[in-house]
Amino acid sequence: MRRRSVLGYGAAAFGVIGMTLFAGWWRVDGPGAPQAVGARPLPLTEMEFSLTNHEDRTVGPETLIGSPTIAFFGFTYCPDVCPTTLADISDWLDALEGDAEKLNVVFITVDPERDTVEAMAEYVDYFHPAIRGWTGTERQIARAVEGFRATYEKVPTESGGYTMNHTASVFLFDAQGRFVSTIDYHEPREFAVPKIRRAMNDEEAEGA
Amino acid sequence: MKSILIAMLVAMTLPFGLATPACAGSGDVVVENAWSRASIGTSRPGAAYMDIRNAGDEDVTLTGLRTDLAGMPEFHLTSTNNQGVSSMSPVGEIAIAPGETVALAPGGMHAMLMQLRRPMEEGGTFPLTLLFSDGGEVTVEVPIRGIAARGPDD
Repeated sequence: MRRRSVLGYGAAAFGVIGMTLFAGWWRVDGPGAPQAVGARPLPLTEMEFSLTNHEDRTVGPETLIGSPTIAFFGFTYCPDVCPTTLADISDWLDALEGDAEKLNVVFITVDPERDTVEAMAEYVDYFHPAIRGWTGTERQIARAVEGFRATYEKVPTESGGYTMNHTASVFLFDAQGRFVSTIDYHEPREFAVPKIRRAMNDEEAEGA
Repeated sequence: MKSILIAMLVAMTLPFGLATPACAGSGDVVVENAWSRASIGTSRPGAAYMDIRNAGDEDVTLTGLRTDLAGMPEFHLTSTNNQGVSSMSPVGEIAIAPGETVALAPGGMHAMLMQLRRPMEEGGTFPLTLLFSDGGEVTVEVPIRGIAARGPDD
């Protein structure tokens, strides 16, 4: 009797442990896992969105295939992170000298409400000439962000306006549109430039 | 270099009478390497950066900012989480211990200049007053660099 109840408790305990493990797996790695924010971006060839560049031309992920790509999200009403990122990228492009011409460099706004084609054109004009500004409808911007597995969120400010939280990492893709790596926000030039070179070398190795 | 020298001289002379007794703490605050980026028009907020050093031997607390350039100047902090997402939020008071320096720098704390009253033009300057809890004030003339500037010397 006694042994039996011990066995019974043992079986119950195993059951509970098993269920806990299963529930854990379901929520963390299984079908119940949340969309991982830090997940790898899709290859550009698998993304689907249509935006407008600062020269009023229709662009999309297919526009970027054929050359290595540097892409990042931001908004022009951002006083700190975005000008810093744009200035950092301008600095990296200066370090690449003539090779910068072989790159697509795309700044995609997460604030299409204020960042019209004209606003983007005016803004990117102040940075390295290789930098293109892309904007579009809320829906298409959301699809682009989803493809990059990035995030953004509109946050009201005390003054009645709003600001945008957004992924500040810079994404690198090779000429075939495959994701290569990210450059963290404000990463030093000596780490950033070799990463860009790697995305460019992938192209040469594959394309030869 | 020259500005650091001047700042050091100022810091050395301050204890000898310049600071009023009412603001003995903030009287020993030295501001160095101030800079800002030019704006496009007035609709977007600006940001200013600097090193704020407490050269005295008392704690000081920064409580706010004042400038005729902006209707709503505030200290803001940009933070980037481990998933690479950046957000920005107002900072309340900033305590600076004796001998400590608080750096307002890109990607960290900055003086956020909301509701610009005039464009920030490259090559110009504007006065920015730091307000302290002891009633003291320190005013600096902040140089305006280009939009793509990365530091005080750009």
